[in-house]
Formats: sequence, structure tokens, C-alpha cells
Amino acid sequence: MATDATHDAASARSSGAAGQIAAPAAPAAPAGAREGAAVSLRSLSRSFGQVRALDGMSLDIAPGELVALLGPSGCGKTTALRIVAGFESADAGQVLISGKDVSGIPAARRDMGMVFQSYSLFPNMSALDNVAFGLRMRKIAGARRKQRAAELLDMVGLAAQARQHPHQLSGGQQQRVALARALAIEPRVLLLDEPLSALDAQVRVQLREQIRALQRRLGTTTLFVTHDQEEALSISDRVGVMRSGRLEQVAEPPVLYSRPATAFVAEFVGTMNRVPGELTAGGAQVTALGTTVPAHDGHNAADGPVDVLVRPEGLAVTAAGDGNGIVTARTFRGAVTRVSVLISGETEVRIDVPTADTAAMTPGAAVQVTLPPAPALVAPRRTAGDAPVLAD
Amino acid sequence: MAAVAQAPPAPPASAPARARRGRVPAWRWAILLVAGIYFLLPLYAALRFAGIKAYGSVFSRTGFTDALWLSVRLAIITTLITLALMVPTTVYVHLRLPRLRRLMEGITILPIVIPPVVLIVGVLQVAPGSLKATPWLLALEYVILAMPFAYRAIDTGLRALDVKTLTEAAESLGAGWGATLWRVILPNLRTAMLSATVLIIALVLGEFTMASLDLYETFPVWIVQFDQTDAATSVAASLGALFVTWIVLMLITWAGTRQARRTGGGEVTLFTVARTDTTTGS
Repeated sequence: MATDATHDAASARSSGAAGQIAAPAAPAAPAGAREGAAVSLRSLSRSFGQVRALDGMSLDIAPGELVALLGPSGCGKTTALRIVAGFESADAGQVLISGKDVSGIPAARRDMGMVFQSYSLFPNMSALDNVAFGLRMRKIAGARRKQRAAELLDMVGLAAQARQHPHQLSGGQQQRVALARALAIEPRVLLLDEPLSALDAQVRVQLREQIRALQRRLGTTTLFVTHDQEEALSISDRVGVMRSGRLEQVAEPPVLYSRPATAFVAEFVGTMNRVPGELTAGGAQVTALGTTVPAHDGHNAADGPVDVLVRPEGLAVTAAGDGNGIVTARTFRGAVTRVSVLISGETEVRIDVPTADTAAMTPGAAVQVTLPPAPALVAPRRTAGDAPVLAD
Repeated sequence: MAAVAQAPPAPPASAPARARRGRVPAWRWAILLVAGIYFLLPLYAALRFAGIKAYGSVFSRTGFTDALWLSVRLAIITTLITLALMVPTTVYVHLRLPRLRRLMEGITILPIVIPPVVLIVGVLQVAPGSLKATPWLLALEYVILAMPFAYRAIDTGLRALDVKTLTEAAESLGAGWGATLWRVILPNLRTAMLSATVLIIALVLGEFTMASLDLYETFPVWIVQFDQTDAATSVAASLGALFVTWIVLMLITWAGTRQARRTGGGEVTLFTVARTDTTTGS
């Protein structure tokens, strides 16, 4: 028992570094490589009883692209993935792979590599046999099968663990074997269903980078479902934010962050402050904190009270004895310090300030918070009864 | 928000564990002693009563070999039929009809609730004569009796598995139903099936009522009949049977545990398949 544990720890250390795994001198045709396929989801709808899990969702993924579906639990992202995999069927709509409708094809013949949230390795098989399983199902002869499986294990940095059974591997190692297993069949599409959420933070970051490196190298079209925005933003070509069975916005991570299409996206991705403001000039301008700026995307065009949505780095703050706010807390984050300010005794905002400028901003200090003259995103004024949206 | 509640200092987790391991309270010894006497005294009495000579003569008694051989055959046939019926059924219910699990539990408990005599009377009325002359009739009855134990053992094994994810993983890799069952589910149910086997063998080797009412001379029936003419030999045979059964069960359990250690499966015990999870989680 004790020897097992020591061995585990040792093997985890020896193969744990993500950087080391990223690229062992790419051969001409790496194992698991195959021309990526275009994936197209067309108006997918799916209900479970009264619940509409998917409500006319459409998404096009280019060959070799990595698209993340991001959203709170119950938004339909997993249902969409499972429909692509063939584990669920859509009530309406189509899934096209390389332009062909696959709706009638059972999961076993779709050539999709899938990595699951829960550990899904076959407990009765060694890591090598797990990776070789898909090849065995494809009737590939023993010696070639073993060799290919070994190559893939090597690719995820687990060559030394080939003979170990899943229970002897750490969670991160198990998911890497699962990844190798999914890639072994040279899938047309790689489907990742929250593969990192059962792992602890450090392993999660390493593994997501490894997934991305492998995906880039192999050029496999990948659909990645997650509820973790940092994960989605850090490794995806594009991120689709889902809510109630629909895509709110599909965009590259920087666009999603800086130009969110809706208030939901704005508040789901990154931290967002709400500052009370007043929409004027027929929805073209908004006044908040004494500044009038152009209103970006004035959805609800009617003039009147709104909330202005601003990122923590989008507000300016200076120490001022007669300012409009009072510092309530500060959190040191390295180069920046996040300062919490209570404006006019009612609105709490979080502002990122270069740490060097925060000497005077101690809790209780009076400060002046201003809105820089850039276009600002507005949202309907949130009343006290509204449930706060998750952020940060 | 401002006031942070002071958590009461938690006692070091290892302290009670150490106490438990180090010094067993006296009352536990008392219970162990009473239980020990309760179980071992009759065995000791039987041993004294039969005398050493009786053990030697058991094997040469009329009917001994036939009765034992019949019981062994019954145990094998019952085990095979029960597993062949219950494993696919239970897997199917788990995967496709999880809502029926409650119903299955209810149905499989019936043989325990209904007295064997009632079952027998019903069976004897309708069973065809050709079947009555072979061990098959009794084996089929035993399959019914064994159902609760087999179902529970297999159900526990499946619960420990996450069959749904494993099945989907196999499917996505291109495995059809047969391959999934044969290569993924069955190998991981080995421990559960061994548990079921242990229970079924113990049941069949000890069952008296049904065999007796059906007029089969199984080993337990033989012992009771012999008891009327030669009590000492009969008691010797019972003790011997107890010992042999015990050895067989130990062997199966040992084999199962060894297998489980290798693949990280559960441990074979008489009533549950305890999952030993050694995953470190990182």
C-alpha cells in the first residue's frame, strides 16, 4: 500500500510538468492526427419533459478549431455535446460533420473521441489497454495496436505508466489516459465534457494547456464544454456563451471580454460592476458618475434609468477627501490591487488599480470614482428583487 | 460580514482512531466472548459427541457420495443459471430502466418473504413429471431462492461502477453492445459475481426444506435421514460439511480479493461488494 502511494507520487511528479509534454519533436504524421472536420449544429432543440434544454441552437465550427461552450449549469451545453456525440438525439435540428447529417448514425460509428467529466477509464484494463481499446474495436492487429497505443501514451507523457491500472493513477493521469484513448481512434471531432472539473487547480491548468497543445498539433476539431470561464477563455479559438438552451454570443475570447453582446455575457465572463446611470439622447448616451459617454449597444432604447456595466479596470479612482466613494476593502493581486469602493453609500464597485497608486486607498479613505470617456455597455436597471448574476 | 465566527477547535482527527486501535473497550470483549460461546459451543459439543471414529466412517456410509455429488451438481447448475439470468437483467435495468430498480428490489425480495413450503406446493402442482425425475427441477427452484442474494450482490457491484459513463466511453470508441458487455461490464463485475456465487453455493449446500419436500436426497437431507439411525456419524458428517463449505467459501473469497487487488475492484464479502478506492484525486 505504502509503496503504491510513493510510486504514484513519484510518477505524478516525473510526468506532471505540462511544458515537458507539449511537443516532443513533432513527427511528420503524429499519432492521432487526421484532417479536422467541419462541425455544424443547425437549430438544435431538445426538451426533457417540461425543460427545454436546447432551444434552436446553431453553431458552426471550422476544421481544426477549438470552440468552448461556456455557461452556467443547466444552460444546455452538455446536451449539445451529447447530441453531437450521439448519446442523445435532438427533437429538431441537425448535426452536420463535414457537411453530412449524422443524426441517424449511432454513437459507436460516429468516430468521435470523447473525454468525460467523471473518470471513465475501464478499471479492468491497464492504461495501455485502455488506449488500445478503440483500435481493438477497429480490428487493428495486436502488435500495431500496442505500438500505436504506446505512442499515444508517450504523447500525453505517460509512457512509464502503460502497465498501471486506473486505480493506480492520479486523477490528472487518468484524464490524460482518457485523452490519449479518445485521440487513438483518430477522431473526426474531439468532444470534451468538462474533463478538468474533477481535478485540483494546479493540475487543471497544466492539463488544459496540454490539451490545447495537442489539439493544435493534431488539428482535431474540438468542442469543449465547461462552466469555468477562465478555462474557456484561456484555451479556445472561440467561446460560445450559452444561456437557457441558446447561444448568447460566439466570439474570440478578447472580443467576448471587451465587447460582450449582452448583459448576461458581460457578467458571466470576467468581473463586472454595475453603476446606476441615466440613458439620454434616445438611447445614444448614458450619464453615470457625473460623466456622459456614448451608450454602446443601447438595447433598451427608451431613455431612463439603466445600469452601466464596467470592468474593474474600466473605472478610474483617485484619492480625494471630498470624493464620491469610500474604500471598503482592498485585495492585493500583485501588479494590481483590487479596491472595493462604496459609491454614494449604495453602490459597491470593484476597481483594479496599479498597486503603486494605492498607498492612500486604505479602508475608510475617501476617493473619487469616475467613468472614463469610452463607450459604455448598458443593461436594464436591476431592481432589488433580481437575483444577482454570478461574477468573479 | 465583519465578525468572523471563531470555530471551536476541532479535536485532532487521529486521536479517536488511535484510541480505537490501541485499547478495545471491555464491553466489546464481552460481546465477542458471548457471541463466540454461542457459535462455538455447539460445534465443540458436536465434536465431542461424534467422537473421532465417526469421522473416519462417514465416507463409507451408504448414500454419502451420491448425496454430496447431487448437492455439488445442484450448486453448480444453480450458480450458472442464476448468473446467466440475473447479470444481463440487472445491467439492463441499471442502464435502460433505472426507474424499475425499486420494482426489481421488491420482486427479488419475494423469495425471502414467501416461505419455501408455499413455493414448493405451487411448483409440485404444475411441474411436468419428466422434470421431477432430474435435478433440474430443484435447481430451478434454487434459482428462485438465490435471486435475492444474486440481485443484491450484482446491483451493489454495478452501483460502484458508473456503468453509464463506462458504456458511453466504450460506445464512443466504437464498441457495440456485445463488446461493451463482454469486455467492459462483465470483467468489472467479476467481484460482484463471485460474491453472488459464494452466497448461492452456501445456500444450495445448506438448503433442506425444498429438497426434502421434493424428495431429493441432497446432502442436508441425507444427514437428517442418517441422523435417525446413526446420530454420531450424522453429526460428524454435518461438521465435516460445515468445514468443507467454509474452506470452499474462503477459497473463492481469497481468489476474488486477489483479483480485486490487482485491478482495484471491490473486495468479495458475503453481503456487499465494498469498493476500495485508492485514487489519490490529483
